[in-house]
Amino acid sequence: MVASPTSQDSSTDPALINIDDLGFSYNQGKTETIQGVSLHCPEKQVTAFIGPSGCGKSTLLRCINRMNDLVETSKITRGSINIMGQDINAPDVDAIELRKQVGMVFQKYNPFPKSIYENVAYGLRIQGIKNKSTLDEAVERALKGAALWDEVKDRLKDSALGLSGGQQQRLCIARTTAVSPKVILMDEPCSALDPIATAKVEELISELRRDFTIVIVTHSMQQASRISDNTAFFYLGELVEYGDTNKIFSNPSVKQTEDYISGRFG
Amino acid sequence: MRESINPPLTPSCNPFQKKKGWFQRKEMLGINLLRLATYIIIACALFIFSDIFIKGVPTLVKSEAPFINTEFFTESPQILTVWHDSAGNEYSMTQEKHDIWVIENPTIEVIDIHNYTASGGGILGPLLGTALLVTICMAIALFIGVSAAIYLSEYCGTGKLMSLIRLAILNLAGVPSIVYALFGWGVFCYMAPNYVTEISDRSLFAFSIGGGYISFEGWEQSLLAGGCTLAIMVLPVIITACEESLRAVPKGFREAAFALGATRWQTIRTAVLPYALPGVLTASVLGITRVAGETAPIMLTAAASDKSKLPTEVLADEGFWSFLTQSVQALPFHIYTLAKFPDSEYVKPMQYGSILVFLLLVMGFSLISMVLRSRIRKRNKW
Repeated sequence: MVASPTSQDSSTDPALINIDDLGFSYNQGKTETIQGVSLHCPEKQVTAFIGPSGCGKSTLLRCINRMNDLVETSKITRGSINIMGQDINAPDVDAIELRKQVGMVFQKYNPFPKSIYENVAYGLRIQGIKNKSTLDEAVERALKGAALWDEVKDRLKDSALGLSGGQQQRLCIARTTAVSPKVILMDEPCSALDPIATAKVEELISELRRDFTIVIVTHSMQQASRISDNTAFFYLGELVEYGDTNKIFSNPSVKQTEDYISGRFG
Repeated sequence: MRESINPPLTPSCNPFQKKKGWFQRKEMLGINLLRLATYIIIACALFIFSDIFIKGVPTLVKSEAPFINTEFFTESPQILTVWHDSAGNEYSMTQEKHDIWVIENPTIEVIDIHNYTASGGGILGPLLGTALLVTICMAIALFIGVSAAIYLSEYCGTGKLMSLIRLAILNLAGVPSIVYALFGWGVFCYMAPNYVTEISDRSLFAFSIGGGYISFEGWEQSLLAGGCTLAIMVLPVIITACEESLRAVPKGFREAAFALGATRWQTIRTAVLPYALPGVLTASVLGITRVAGETAPIMLTAAASDKSKLPTEVLADEGFWSFLTQSVQALPFHIYTLAKFPDSEYVKPMQYGSILVFLLLVMGFSLISMVLRSRIRKRNKW
């Protein structure tokens, strides 16, 4: 792979997500949680956001599918996010339609207390799909895609809460992929899982990158180096360095990045 | 070198010897005071329950099969007539039966005859009335309360106005029932819109529609006015409890639904309400126990102390609107009426029987809500 030094020409691949000088505030613009971040996430690659707690990486992730809309006092203070060439904060963009294309997997696995089948079918059902065979197909495809099919195919009608933590998280991933989004955002998807379950989810992520563009927030630098193509390092709401993962981890160009990666702080 | 603060052990004595002193006695005194206070509560409760139970049970049961005094549950309160014959035998039965008895036994002389209002027959009327009042009240309160709770917890934010509204709702819960009673009396009995063919003198405002008039002249003392008053009274309880059970639904469910492209209403309907429903149910059962026991609002807005027709008979004879605007008997008001009578051995069975039935009903509902709650706790693993 060719290492790319900065965000300006991060990759030759077509960028699916373009973040341009984004500023974001949780309190009506009084203080900026994200201060002028610019980066491009190439299509069908894994982009990892790393950085110490409170650096704004999860906040930035939630800007990408406008989950921050749910926080009343949140506000985009400057800049823009373009997905597939469309500014997602434009007035004629429906956040509901956006989220159908930009799915999200959360830190704490959160399946609904319904059956495994109904969890995966949820996204399709709220889109009004009632046809049984369509749903069956989509559920099977999503569960196979999440490497969960063999484990649950005999108990699709059982409660999802009966699954192990790792299985529940993979079920949540299947639930997200079932609606065929373009982008999957993952907010520390392994932080509540044990090492074996983590390994399975990581394996799954490298499978998923064939079909989806993935942006993942992680606390584990090893995880970022194992699964991502590009890594962005954030500190105090600013993007410190962004580039090819190999480059960031072997030869960072900023001292702060090196200190963080080598464990000197954070 | 300084000396160790732990002196060397002297193995001969018990280092953990029990001590007896003022300090230990104070400790015991404290515990026993707390125990005493608890026992006083239990004693009060036991005294009340056993007194009502012992004196009430003879009214509800009888010695031969089916062992339950069905008459008490299938007849409405009637006048009890007590008299003696010349041989000194005592008779007591409802006035109606007395009249028949007199015709059937013309030879026996009736002396020393006394009538006791509402002490004969049963409590079917009050039971039905209370059930209907509670049903109407809960139908209205649940619809408005759940809607308001959904709006408060899911849609509106956390601004100053909203905290003011929340404070107002909490304060409403503390308003004495007589205030609600007077409010309901003024608004529902004298101001609510009614469809009439002839406008009454006290109508505030009327306009003609179709063949008749919509006249704001109130529903008088009626089932509808009582149900509405009770509904307003129980609203704060329902809203607060519903809001709490909505908030108890994990944020993760909402986020997951939103992230899958659900609209706000879809999220609420499919990912929040189903999991809040058991809590809402518990709250409404608790609400039922509260409104079922209220006397003041019913007294002013709905109740009749004496009524010959059952509410269901009115429905069959006079139609739905008359059914809604009829005054009804209610169990708490019936008990209040009975309690005003002078102490008499002929009134007592009715008094204690009614109270026992009422107590069992309220306890039953409390029990249901307790069982529901523990079941929910067991089921909710998220």
